[in-house]
Amino acid sequence: MYVYQDYDQRLLQERVAQYRDQTRRYLAGELSEDEFLALRLQNGLYIQRYAPMLRISVPYGMLASQQLRTLANVVREYDKGFCHVSTRQNIQLNWPELEDVPDILEQLAGVQMHAIQTSGNCIRNITTDELAGVNPKEIEDPRPWCEIIRQWATFNPEFAYLPRKFKIAVNSVPDADPALIGVHDIGVQVLHDSNGETGFQVWAGGGLGRTPMTGAVIGEFVPWQDLLPYLESILRVYNKYGNRDNKFKARIKILVKALGPEKYRELVEAEFAELKGGAMTLTEEEVARIKNCFQTPEYRSGVDSTALQSALDENRAFNRWFHTNTRAHKQAGYRAVVLTLKKTGRVPGDVSDEQLDAIADLADRYSFGEARNTHQQNMVLADVAADQLFEVWQQLDALGFATPNLGLITDIVACPGGDLCSLANAKSIPIAEGIQRRFDDMDFVHDLGPLDVNISGCMNACGHHHIGHIGILGVDKKGKEFYQITLGGRGDKLSHIGEKMGPSFEADEVTGVIDKIIRLYVDNRLENEPFIDTYERIGMDPFKEAVYG
Amino acid sequence: MGKLILDGEIVDNQWQRFDAGQLEQESLPDSGAVIVPLAYWKEHKAALLERSDPVGVCLEPGEEPVDLAEDLAALPLVAIHFPAFKDGRGYSYARELRTRYGFTGEVRAVGDVLQDQLFYMHRVGFNAFEVRADRDIEQALNNGLRPFTVTYQADVHDNRPIYRRRHELEEVSDV
Repeated sequence: MYVYQDYDQRLLQERVAQYRDQTRRYLAGELSEDEFLALRLQNGLYIQRYAPMLRISVPYGMLASQQLRTLANVVREYDKGFCHVSTRQNIQLNWPELEDVPDILEQLAGVQMHAIQTSGNCIRNITTDELAGVNPKEIEDPRPWCEIIRQWATFNPEFAYLPRKFKIAVNSVPDADPALIGVHDIGVQVLHDSNGETGFQVWAGGGLGRTPMTGAVIGEFVPWQDLLPYLESILRVYNKYGNRDNKFKARIKILVKALGPEKYRELVEAEFAELKGGAMTLTEEEVARIKNCFQTPEYRSGVDSTALQSALDENRAFNRWFHTNTRAHKQAGYRAVVLTLKKTGRVPGDVSDEQLDAIADLADRYSFGEARNTHQQNMVLADVAADQLFEVWQQLDALGFATPNLGLITDIVACPGGDLCSLANAKSIPIAEGIQRRFDDMDFVHDLGPLDVNISGCMNACGHHHIGHIGILGVDKKGKEFYQITLGGRGDKLSHIGEKMGPSFEADEVTGVIDKIIRLYVDNRLENEPFIDTYERIGMDPFKEAVYG
Repeated sequence: MGKLILDGEIVDNQWQRFDAGQLEQESLPDSGAVIVPLAYWKEHKAALLERSDPVGVCLEPGEEPVDLAEDLAALPLVAIHFPAFKDGRGYSYARELRTRYGFTGEVRAVGDVLQDQLFYMHRVGFNAFEVRADRDIEQALNNGLRPFTVTYQADVHDNRPIYRRRHELEEVSDV
C-alpha cells in the first residue's frame, strides 16, 4: 500500500481541522445550506432519507488491517454497527450524525484514511482491478499509477468545482476491463510499447447514470512521463466547456459526444502541447518511490498443495467454494480469495463491525495484513497460500462470507436504494433479496453459470444496472415504485450498455420476470453457454416474447 | 468603499466595477479606477485607454483570457466574476492568465467569493478577493487563504508538483 510521508499525514490533519471549522460555521449559521452542501459533499457527506450518509474513501479499494479495525470502531461508535461497500470500492456509513463527522474524520486520519472528494463535482476516488498486483493477466501493477493520479487529484485547486462529478479508473489487463474503464469519465489503460516502456491509452466520456455510454479513445499512447499533464489537459477542457446550465447534461460524456472525440482530442492536444515536457512531467525517482510502496509481499516458495488437493477431493462444499470464490494468482502456490458479502437475507455489500474486525484478523494471519473492496461489493484477501485455503474457508464460512456464489445470479450488486437513499426512486434491497430467495438452490445457481445481476434504485446508477447481464432500474411512476429491466449489459469484458426490455414492472412482479428470463435462457442455451453469450446469440426478441408475450 | 483582500492584506477597494446593465443606465465617471465588462472594453477600448485613471476588465464565465490576450499588456487588472461559487470556470481562466499569458497584474475574484474557496483561488493565480460583503473578511483572510501547508500539485506560485519539491517539505516537517 501507499505509505504516508509526514506531509501526507499533515495534509490529512489539516483537512480534519478545516472540515471541523466548516461544520462549526454551518451549525452556527455562518454558512448557508447551499454553501455547506458543496463543502460537505466534497467530504462525502450526503443528507439522506433518515440520516446523513458518509462515504469514506478507499483508494483503489485497498484496506490495511489497522484501517479495517478503525472502521470497525467508527461503525460501532457512530453508526448502527454496519457499513456498506460501494461499487466504487469505497465504504459508506448510513447513520452518522452530522455533528460527529469531524470526530470520525479525526479517527480515520489516524490510520491514513479520509473522505476527501468522495462526492461533489470534483475528481472522485481512483478505482482499479480488485486483483491488481496479483492478477496473472495484468501487464503491470496499476496501483502506483492510481496513487500518482490520486495525489494529483487531491485538492487540485483548478478542478474542485467541475460541472459535475468526475470518475477515473485504471486498468492493466489486456482484452478485459475489470476496472470498467469504458464507463468512466476517464479510463486509463496501461500499455507497453514495443520497447517495453509503459504508456497509457486514455479514454474519455464514458459513464453510467442518465444517458449511459462508453467512452472514446482520446489518447492512443501517452508515455508514462506525460500521464498527469495529459489528464490535466482533459480536465481543463472539460472544466471550461462542460455544460453548467443543466445538471443532466453536465458530465464529460455529453461534451465528448457533442464535440465528437476528434474535436475533443484536438482541444486536449492544444492544452497538452503547452504542458508537455514541463515541470509536471513525472520523474523516474517519483515513480520508483511510489512503486516501492506496492512491493511484492514475501511469499513463501514451494507451498505444499498436497493437503489442498485432498481437501478438494474430499470436501464437496470446499471444492465448490474454491472453484467459485477464489481466483488465480501471479505467485505459484497462492490464490486470491473473494469474500462474498451476498448471503441471502443480508443487504448486498453490508459488513458489520465485528466482521470488519474478523476480516482484519484474517488479513493479518493469512494475507499480509491487507484486504480489498471490489466494485461488485465483495471483499478480497488477495494473497492466501494454498496450504491455508481450507482453514480460511472454514473461518469465512463461520463468518458468512463463504457463500459460493461469486459471479453467479445471487451475487447481486445493489445500491442502498429507497430504504436509505433520498435520491432513490425505488427500493433495491428487497428486490435483491427476492431474487436471492427465488434462486435458493445452489446446484441450480451453479448450473446457470456466470450471471451479473445489478440493481439501481434510480438512474444515478450506483448499482451499475446498465452493465449487468440483467439490469434492474427503479423508476417512479406517479409515486409508485416500478422496475425497468435491461438485458445484455456487460462489465465482465469490455463494458457494454444493456438494452431496455420494454415497459416496467411492479415490485412484486420482478422476481417472476427474472424467472421467465432465466427459463428462456435455460431452454435455449447451448452446452456450457453462459447467459450473456446466449443473449448475444439469440437477441432480445425471444426474451421479450417470454416476458411480455 | 468596500474592503478586499489584496496580496494577503485587507485594504480599501480602490476600484469601481460596472456591469453591462449599469453601463446601459449610466456612463462611466470621468475619473477613478474602473472595471468594465469585456464587451464594453472591446467596444470602447480607444477611449478607455485615454483615461488618466486605470481601467480593468472583468471576465464572465464563458469569456476566456484568450479573448483578452492582445490587451493584457495594457491592463493592470483582470477581474473574474463568479456569479455562483460553484461555477469553477474562473479557476481555469486565472491559471491561464498567469501561466499561459504571463499576466503579472492583479487578478481579482469578484461575485460569490467566499472563505472556503480562497485557498484554491489563490493557488490558481488570484491575488485579490472581493469577499462577499455579508461575510467576515478577516475570518476569510485568517482561515481561508492557507488552510493547508501541503499541496500535491504545481500551482502558479511554484510550478513544481510535490515530486519535484518533496525534500523541502520533509525538511519543514522535521522542524
